[in-house]
Amino acid sequence: MTHSLATCRSDFPILAREAHPGVPLTFLDSGASSQKPESVIRAMDDYYRLHHANVHRGIHVLAEEATALYEGSRDSVQRFINAATRKEIIYTRNATEAINLVAYSWARANLKAGDRIVLTEMEHHANLVPWHILAGQIGVELDFVPVTDDGLLDLDAYARLLTREPKLVAFTHMSNVLGTINPVESLAAQAHAAGAKVLVDGAQSVPHLPVDVQTLGADFLAFSAHKMCGPTGIGVLWARQELLEAMPVFMGGGDMIRKVTLAGFKPNDLPYKFEAGTPAIAEGVGLGAAVDYLTGLGMEAVAAHERELITYALERLEEIPGVRVYGPPAERKGGVAAFTLEGVHPHDIAQVLDRDGVAVRAGHHCAQPLHERFDLAATARASFYLYNTRDDVDRLVVSLYRVKKLFA
Amino acid sequence: MDDFYRELILDHYKNPRFRGTLDPHSFTYEDENPLCGDKLRIDVRLDDTGHVVESAFTGRGCAISQASASLLMEKIQGASLDELRALNKDDVLELLGIDLTPARLKCALLSLKVLKAGAYGLSGESNPDE
Repeated sequence: MTHSLATCRSDFPILAREAHPGVPLTFLDSGASSQKPESVIRAMDDYYRLHHANVHRGIHVLAEEATALYEGSRDSVQRFINAATRKEIIYTRNATEAINLVAYSWARANLKAGDRIVLTEMEHHANLVPWHILAGQIGVELDFVPVTDDGLLDLDAYARLLTREPKLVAFTHMSNVLGTINPVESLAAQAHAAGAKVLVDGAQSVPHLPVDVQTLGADFLAFSAHKMCGPTGIGVLWARQELLEAMPVFMGGGDMIRKVTLAGFKPNDLPYKFEAGTPAIAEGVGLGAAVDYLTGLGMEAVAAHERELITYALERLEEIPGVRVYGPPAERKGGVAAFTLEGVHPHDIAQVLDRDGVAVRAGHHCAQPLHERFDLAATARASFYLYNTRDDVDRLVVSLYRVKKLFA
Repeated sequence: MDDFYRELILDHYKNPRFRGTLDPHSFTYEDENPLCGDKLRIDVRLDDTGHVVESAFTGRGCAISQASASLLMEKIQGASLDELRALNKDDVLELLGIDLTPARLKCALLSLKVLKAGAYGLSGESNPDE
């Protein structure tokens, strides 16, 4: 596995296509979902062509091969985030389902009316709505850490909220709008000192930064395959084994049981205890290939590449009159630039950029409360990944000048 | 696609016609597309025979949503209440004169949605298209 970031762009077949006839594609929407390298596409294709059968308990060659490939991916993921055991890698549908699993299983077993949960103003809806639902159903109270004008968490306010002895603190590792990389280790240490468990939404961090659960300080970590070169339809909940052992089962069905009688059932061992029904096998195989691909590149190198790119992008964007980029300076953020252009609605920005083949996202990026915090209806967002280059940034900037001219 | 932002649309966006509010009015209605943050309010004044004598809109949003509101205001001057209620999606698309992707259709049709909700609301009905 020797890949180099300098040449990795050619590993992604889709990046060779044109956006429109004669117009090259400049893909700056990886924060929503990344593109897939040839190795991931091939792994999934090979799986269906050569190895598919249902996993576990099959006593024939295909079932054994499918099980080995699917379970092998779990080992890859375990190594990727440095989990203590493969039992701690629970496959879900995506990061959203992983957070919901914690809300439905752990929270309902451990929280009661009046207990507090601390969230932040910069959360994705996926880390807000499950807790809204919980608040509506069992009466937990939600507190929110404010975001400063610079796009950072207000740490003094956080410390004050912790004095109210929350049972859970749940926050994003990296904001999908501001790009802010939160200081997870210190936030988690403070939360633990206050007696709270810590859930980290890693949907934006695990694809872009080295994440080691042994040093992160989280009790729960959620992430999605499709944002990290893998397929849609599979995500991961990591939690420490003792927590998972103590948690009640989530969904019921095949695979999550050890034994079923008419009178009841006995749950299966970890990780299967939380994986009911036939899993997303091909997607698991794809996730394994994605993790192997990222491991080959090295997450330190990926993070450094994106840091360099966002530094350059902020420089170039901020020199355009009327452009305002939200969030902290480059050294505090990942490869995400949410911006506005004076006098032009973000949808119009995105539509005109698309004519030049530049794909950005426009809207609230599933973070409406954060947009409200900055008194914005919407922003345009360029998000970068390992295959983006300075040329992509330059094309974005050229196209933004075209937007300005059109709407002048 | 090339004429998505054709002169007519940009002109109505940059220089909206009938922008403002009316007091008194026969009906007023306000709605939004929460997913994109577009907001629109339309006020209409009818004469004794139920024809539009004046209409006005305020709101914020993308060029497509704002231009479609401006074009629609222009179109309905003198129209009867029945004509307002009979307006449909194709009328608005004809005014804009462009092909819209599904994602942008909502922007274009917000003005129609608001106008019809107001027109039906006058007699306590709701827009049967919604």
